[in-house]
Amino acid sequence: MKDTQKAGVFSIGLVRGLIAMLIGFLTGAAFVSLIRLILGLSVWTWNPSGNQFGFAESAWVVGAIFGAIAFMLGVGVLSDWLKWMNGQQTAEHPADAFASGWKRYLSVSFDHKAIGVQYGVTSIVVIGLAGIFALIFRTELAQPGMQLLTLERYNTIMSLHGIVMIVGILLGVGAMSNYLVPLMIGANDMAFPRLNAFAYWINVPAAVILLSSYFLGGFDTGWTGYPPLSAKAPLGMDMFFLGVYFAGLSSILGSLNVIATTIRLRAKGMHYFRMPIFVWTALATAVIGLTATQLIGLSFQMVLFERVFGMGFFAPDKGGNPILFQHLFWFYSHPAVYVFVLTGLGVISELLPVFARKPLFGYRWVALSSFGIALVGFLVWAHHMFTSGMSPYLRIPFMYSTLLVAVPTGVKFFSWVATIWEGKLSFETPMLFVLGAISIFLLGGLSGPPNATVATDLHLQDTYWIVGHFHATMFGGFVFPFFAAIYYWFPKITGRMYNEKLGKLHFFLMLPGFYIQSLSQMQAGLLGMRRRIGDYDPALGINLQQLLITIAAFVIFFSVVIAVVNLIYSARRGPIAASNPWRSRSPEFMLPSPIPQHNYEHAFEVVGEPYDYGIAGAYVSIDPDRYIAKEEEQPAAGGAVTSPTGATTD
Amino acid sequence: MSTGTLSIADYHKKTVTNRLGLWLFIVSDAFVFAGLFIARFYLYGAGVRPELSQIVGLIVTSILVLSSFFANRGEVSMAYGDTKGYFRNTLITIILGIAFLIGVVGVEWQIAPYGPDHDALWSLFYTMTGFHAFHVLTGVIFLVIVYRNARKGLYTAERHFPVEAAAVYWHFVDVVWVFFYPALYLIGLPPI
Ligand code: HEM
Ligand SMILES: [Cu+2]
Repeated sequence: MKDTQKAGVFSIGLVRGLIAMLIGFLTGAAFVSLIRLILGLSVWTWNPSGNQFGFAESAWVVGAIFGAIAFMLGVGVLSDWLKWMNGQQTAEHPADAFASGWKRYLSVSFDHKAIGVQYGVTSIVVIGLAGIFALIFRTELAQPGMQLLTLERYNTIMSLHGIVMIVGILLGVGAMSNYLVPLMIGANDMAFPRLNAFAYWINVPAAVILLSSYFLGGFDTGWTGYPPLSAKAPLGMDMFFLGVYFAGLSSILGSLNVIATTIRLRAKGMHYFRMPIFVWTALATAVIGLTATQLIGLSFQMVLFERVFGMGFFAPDKGGNPILFQHLFWFYSHPAVYVFVLTGLGVISELLPVFARKPLFGYRWVALSSFGIALVGFLVWAHHMFTSGMSPYLRIPFMYSTLLVAVPTGVKFFSWVATIWEGKLSFETPMLFVLGAISIFLLGGLSGPPNATVATDLHLQDTYWIVGHFHATMFGGFVFPFFAAIYYWFPKITGRMYNEKLGKLHFFLMLPGFYIQSLSQMQAGLLGMRRRIGDYDPALGINLQQLLITIAAFVIFFSVVIAVVNLIYSARRGPIAASNPWRSRSPEFMLPSPIPQHNYEHAFEVVGEPYDYGIAGAYVSIDPDRYIAKEEEQPAAGGAVTSPTGATTD
Repeated sequence: MSTGTLSIADYHKKTVTNRLGLWLFIVSDAFVFAGLFIARFYLYGAGVRPELSQIVGLIVTSILVLSSFFANRGEVSMAYGDTKGYFRNTLITIILGIAFLIGVVGVEWQIAPYGPDHDALWSLFYTMTGFHAFHVLTGVIFLVIVYRNARKGLYTAERHFPVEAAAVYWHFVDVVWVFFYPALYLIGLPPI
């Protein structure tokens, strides 16, 4: 089908989407302005220092919503659905209607692997952006006093760092579950491929709207957006709420897809307790994402209504109560921290047996512990509110429920240690990141109970200690496992091997960088540094810690730059990878690299346990030779077949 | 939907997946309404409710409950291959749905003594009815689309998942109102 390959920028979905978004925005804003004109209200005022950015606030909000919808229309994710509405039929698996090479990722694809890559690349870009925000405000914090930024600017950049990172992490989680879940359970795609594409693409307008807040007066609430401050903040606050809302929508729809896929599309014999352990964590994550995310969406909409319609849910002078917001917000946002980390913990459990050549210790317990964490995670939200002024008697049950989370988390730790025990370890880059992740997550986990214990939390709340705590949990639970996963599945994705030396360099810069950063944050917090403040008193005696954190932040950023260079270069020039460089038993490694377009040409059957390394007998009934032989009929693109372990297949 | 070319066994398999997706969506959506429901009692307990027209409330509630009956009749007719019955019942459902919308947005909102910015109680009233009315509106649109496609002869007794989905969604929206109606109209007394 040559006509789909026509040149020109308009054949690129992303370009069409962004143009449509602009048109949609103007239409929405004009529509509201027209209504305001009829009602005799002001339509246009330009006074940025007085929080007036041309259109009225309601016009901006409706414009942004219209813009997001227009983007989805322009990029083309909705077209099949629109056809269905008209009673037309579409191909079940449409042939890829886009250009070849990297450009295909800029247009809509329904293939879960392409969508996984889209998620992954977007995630790294977004995280990089959030990292730049961090570098800016860390530079400001390197010394006491204000040198680089104003306090308002500081607030906006610090808040954006937080929320943009969170969006980036959600994208990274989406990348891993989209790419891996269907492959691991023997499916050829997700249950709802169009919904999957929708869930990815809505992130683009979400990111654009979120970032536009910087230019619209910013916002100064931090990522939590508590009213009453957020009900008064500049126009940027609206864009923050809308951006997060659309990102949350993506999370909800993506989770729905993961659950339906896991329940419905498992291969023959792949009963629940034979799935690769990662699938369990993706499933538990999806249960949280499907349900709890609605509450953050609701709470943000309620503040938005306060701002646009003058409603009063959280305004005490109107009979509202700001603590209600915190309840709704944390009912999502505590479980959300498990959304960030559960898939990462799944990656750890998935990779350890491969690099230790041993079965995963206590598979069933580890599988269930993910659900244990997810379910208990729903019962602990008010540990973020010990100092909020909520009824004091509520503190005790929430303290105990929070401490209870340590039990399922402990199950995972014991399983990891027991899996490593007497294993034949090898230390390629993915394994280094896994081991780093375990050590860091331990630090993060151990710094949690002091926050959960009311007596200590009253002193720790809102200090840099908390900042240290959640950076440790997120680096250990997401960042390190995410990089482990990228390096580990890179040969499957691209068909080429990354550069091992640069990978190790990345690790050995990032690990000490992280420890210096997080421990200094904790120390500064214990010495009295408040969080979310652009300045501090030199008398606190934390100048050295602040400087160290800043230096460490730059080291971490630099190490990620190395990783990105490594990945881009290796994807184009790296040595051709073996089909199973890690001698894994997981079904996706029985396929050639890169994975063929429709995954498993022949459905397979599960005949054994997933992690029985060293025990004879296979896991899945795939004969790799059948796929490999086929691949060799086409001449290889040059370069030797290598793998760091020196082995090809087991 | 893109299912006309599937074998009946494949269609059935796909329908089970689609049905699961539908129910997952409903579970997720239910959390929004649960959040609003809890917010209403968190802020005002069981002692206070907005001052609303009991007559209008009773009428719209009866209309909506009645509409669910016809939605069900429509779906069952289709399952038995009675397309005429499907058309008749679905049309009634759509009309009742629109009547509900007129009752809430066109009447109750207009005769309400205060606007949404008066206080948190009225904010809750407009938000709860507004979210719900939005769902009714999407339900009506859903029913209309499926109705149109049924007119084109797309569904049969064996293959009519969209008919089922529209009906289930409609029932869901109905059940939400069964919780919202007492929360807004019956529990508590208007503030003095
Ligand atoms: C699973 C990994 C974890 C992650 C990703 C995580 C993440 C976070 C985040 C982001 C915050 C800061 C919220 C804010 O105030 O802005 C936080 C605070 C808190 N974390 Fe964790 N956490 C994890 C594990 C734990 C554990 C194991 C515990 C306790 C056993 C715990 C207890 C707390 C408490 C009580 C707070 C509130 C502190 C305060 O603001 O006063 N966390 N955590
Ligand atoms: Cu928490």
